[in-house]
Amino acid sequence: MALLTIQDLSLGYDSVAFVENLNFSVNTGDYLCIVGENGSGKTTLMKTLLHLQEPVSGQILMGDGLKQNEIGYLPQQTIVQKDFPASVGEIVLSGCQGRCGIRPFYNKAEKHLAETNMNRMGVLPLKDRCYRELSGGQQQRVLLARALCATQKVLLLDEPVAGLDPKVTSEMYDLIEGLNQEGITIIMISHDLAAAIRYASHILHIGASVFYGTREEYLESDVGKFFLMRQKGG
Amino acid sequence: MLDKLGMYLQYPFVRYALIVGVLIALCSSLLGVTLVLKRFSFIGDGLSHVAFGAMAIAAVLNLTNDMLLVLPVTIISAVLLLRTGQNAKIKGDAAIAMISVGALAFGYLMMNIFSTSSNLSGDVCSTLFGSTSILTLTEREVWLCTVLSIAVVLIFLLFYNKIFAVTFDENFSKAAGTNANGYNLLIAIVIAVIIVLAMNLVGSLLISALVIFPALSAMRLFRNFKSVTICSAVLSVICAFSGIIVSILAGTPVGSTIVAVDVAAFAVCCIAGVITGGIRK
Ligand SMILES: Nc1ncnc2c1ncn2[C@@H]1O[C@H](COP(=O)(O)OP(=O)(O)O)[C@@H](O)[C@H]1O
Ligand SMILES: [Mg+2]
Repeated sequence: MALLTIQDLSLGYDSVAFVENLNFSVNTGDYLCIVGENGSGKTTLMKTLLHLQEPVSGQILMGDGLKQNEIGYLPQQTIVQKDFPASVGEIVLSGCQGRCGIRPFYNKAEKHLAETNMNRMGVLPLKDRCYRELSGGQQQRVLLARALCATQKVLLLDEPVAGLDPKVTSEMYDLIEGLNQEGITIIMISHDLAAAIRYASHILHIGASVFYGTREEYLESDVGKFFLMRQKGG
Repeated sequence: MLDKLGMYLQYPFVRYALIVGVLIALCSSLLGVTLVLKRFSFIGDGLSHVAFGAMAIAAVLNLTNDMLLVLPVTIISAVLLLRTGQNAKIKGDAAIAMISVGALAFGYLMMNIFSTSSNLSGDVCSTLFGSTSILTLTEREVWLCTVLSIAVVLIFLLFYNKIFAVTFDENFSKAAGTNANGYNLLIAIVIAVIIVLAMNLVGSLLISALVIFPALSAMRLFRNFKSVTICSAVLSVICAFSGIIVSILAGTPVGSTIVAVDVAAFAVCCIAGVITGGIRK
């Protein structure tokens, strides 16, 4: 069975669906890019996959022994974080909260895991720095390290490169590709179709017309050709 | 002056005031950081007005132990306000403004119509600004305050990591399987308890100051959650302690003296923050 199977899923708010009948599955090791226009419902889909909100109808099935608290999530930035007095170490450690369950304090293994992941993302030297004083790229690495504390299996990334300059963007993509090669399944929302086509193994396009398939199939499809042309033009 | 202080400290009610004042200041500072960061500062304000309304009703009903009414009413309001705050359709701040002003007006009306007291404006003033009531605490009230304060501190310590996680990023917490709504509820209940406690110390209009100033001051000086929390607790305790001492020696109202000390501490922290920040850069 696939890691995630999405059956007849309709998304929306207050039981008004604006994306209907999504069907696709994600296998272990896939690199799925979700593309589409602004406001087409990409974030909503991700929140529904995370059970942060109820689907209007349909089901999300989890396979391969994946548990709900084994998903790593990198959200779009919220306002609260902008002036939050928190150190990098505190934030990455909070990624272990799912493992910790109702136990009030983090144990040695969890603190070690946080260090390992900070090292992996190259932010260990920033451990005692204040999050809000870091550059955008550094902040995203910190949040990625936190997401890695929550999962060994699958990462959901919501526009991880939004607002980053080109050099930092390509570093971020390389980092994510590296994680994918280590066997972590990636589900990423992206504005940037060129990058999606370059890195992804599968593409889900949502909007007026829905497409799901491998990268090669997408490039051959009408939706893909049209969207690609539009992005190049504008 | 020390002689005078020593003489005052002989009296049990002065010692009670100090114990209770310090405990309440400690509690109210702990959740201040969370409230400020979650943009919940105004909830404290709204709740204190609700508590005032409840207190007025308790006074009219001639309840001997008004806590029995004030505490549950404030807790329920806290839970309701938090709910509406999460609901995107009803504007949270508008709901809070409605409830708080309504409760204030209703409370004053009740007191005006039904009160048998000869000194009505004095009563109202002391519920709003805290007057001298802290110096007239009974032993039972001291115990109640102590028990509730210890409960608040214990809850905070036990759930410190979860409160941090939920405050910093609620969606991530939910995705990681943390019961974020449950912890929000817990935070709301604890806030309500703190407000009712703090009402004894500074009166309902000044509570927000007690909750928010130490947190804001600490945020000027420190840049991680743990240090900010510890610093705001220490600041709050020092300010409350010195405020009470000053008010006893100078005969000023307890509540406003404490808040004045808090404001002064904030000013000092701002300057210190600018200086150390300047050095760092
Ligand atoms: N909390 C909300 N309540 C109601 N509608 C919302 C809410 N959040 C987003 N929407 C609407 O849902 C649609 C999809 O939004 P979103 O999933 O954020 O799009 P994307 O991430 O693809 O840009 C938009 O039209 C937006 O206006
Ligand atoms: Mg989005």
